[in-house]
Amino acid sequence: MRALFFRDLALALRAGGGFGLGLAFFLIVVVLVPFSVGPQSALLTQIAPGVLWLGALLACLLSLDRLLAVDWEDGALDLLATSPLPLEGIVAVKAAAHWVTTGLPLVLAAPVLGVLLNLAPSGYGVLVLSLALGTPALSMIGAFGAALTVGIKRGGLLLSLLVLPLYVPTLIFGAEAARRAAQGLDSATPLLLLAGVTLAVLAAMPFAAGLVLRVNLR
Amino acid sequence: MASLWEYANPVKFLRLSERVQPWLWWGAGICLIVGLIWGFFFTPDDFRQGSTVKIIYLHVPSALMAINAWFMMLVASLIWIVRRHHVSALAAKAAAPVGIVMTLIALFTGAIWGQPMWGTWWAWDPRLTSFLILFLFYLGYVALWEAIEDPDTAADLTSILCLVGTVFAVLSRYAVLFWNQGLHQGASLSLDKEENVADVFYFPLLVCIGGFVLLFLALVLYRTGTEIRVRRTRALMAREARLA
Amino acid sequence: MPDLGKYADAVLSAYAVSILLLVAIVVLTLRRGRKVRAEMENVERRSARDG
Repeated sequence: MRALFFRDLALALRAGGGFGLGLAFFLIVVVLVPFSVGPQSALLTQIAPGVLWLGALLACLLSLDRLLAVDWEDGALDLLATSPLPLEGIVAVKAAAHWVTTGLPLVLAAPVLGVLLNLAPSGYGVLVLSLALGTPALSMIGAFGAALTVGIKRGGLLLSLLVLPLYVPTLIFGAEAARRAAQGLDSATPLLLLAGVTLAVLAAMPFAAGLVLRVNLR
Repeated sequence: MASLWEYANPVKFLRLSERVQPWLWWGAGICLIVGLIWGFFFTPDDFRQGSTVKIIYLHVPSALMAINAWFMMLVASLIWIVRRHHVSALAAKAAAPVGIVMTLIALFTGAIWGQPMWGTWWAWDPRLTSFLILFLFYLGYVALWEAIEDPDTAADLTSILCLVGTVFAVLSRYAVLFWNQGLHQGASLSLDKEENVADVFYFPLLVCIGGFVLLFLALVLYRTGTEIRVRRTRALMAREARLA
Repeated sequence: MPDLGKYADAVLSAYAVSILLLVAIVVLTLRRGRKVRAEMENVERRSARDG
């Protein structure tokens, strides 16, 4: 499983592997927001936590179809399925690789982008923490969505339609935590709820995704 | 009496469906007409909400059916996963568009009902927001059915999506309640089932709920029959192509 | 028509939208059903003939 993890990591980091695209998208979205809502600092401060969360979420979504589609197309997925590794493990490892190459950079970039949106000083810590807690769930849920649409041509849009409603609980708790901290309030409750959702997702979704892959690989 | 599982057989299902449907269609028509006319013309206005209270005769039944339709799809999906009865998978597929319509009615009537109270045509009230999320789940489910060519694969994947979607829908409901507590918007949509609905509103409401339930059943049985016939047609055409 | 007062627009539009949607799903359902049934009978006739 470790070999698979490093292989996926290497594939993503290679030229043409899409690494950095998510980050670039995150930057672009954050830059576009003041153009759409106006440059007033007070307004930007108010919406900064939510916008940063939304931007990170959408950036995660972008690279999801690469998660499985590439291996599906060249038959590598079929080969992996015949290996002694359980499909659930394979999907989990791929989701982990996705998080390291997409989610983690977003978490690290968020504070820098927060400056662009005039994020309140009290909000930075919890913003990073909430993203760190939430983005693994986004990758794992995304892996489930990718498994569902892996055989579908141009499945990217359908993937988004399926996955975005599943992102709602994570987004609500994550953004709420960031918002409360930015306002100087206590953010423990939403952070705990966020962590709870992520743990449940990490525990259960690999099985759902494995089930789906098994169906698609028939 | 023979087991209910006999009707997993498409032919038996169609026969039973043909027998039961007239009752359902007529029952639905009568209940809806009686209930809506009674409610619209023969009930008083509410002290607080004026004549907008008349919207409950549409909002409450449709909201109930929006949720029950999804629940029925969940059960049908489970039956497909466990017992592989095609009729069950097709029933879930058939119910989804009806569920979508119910959700849309609940959303529109809910928003319109809230307008006098909130002053806007839409508000992110927890109930309305949850129905909006449910609408998105329905859309994804239908889109997945349409996107996959092989019917059995489509049945499998959509059933799993229905299961996972249900868990997240419930999770979202609680998340939305949490998310909304910061807003002191005043009364959320009242006169729902939990509240003490006055008798004078209660009976026409029951009739309307009955009408919606019967209409849902009629539509689902009819649509499942249509799906079964589509499947049969495809099988026959495949056979033709093979023998040609 | 009962006196709907100032909420007449709201109530009437709520009823209009709902009835429209219900009629739409019923009509679409029946239309598709009839089309599918006709197609099936066509194919059945053909395969009974060619066997």
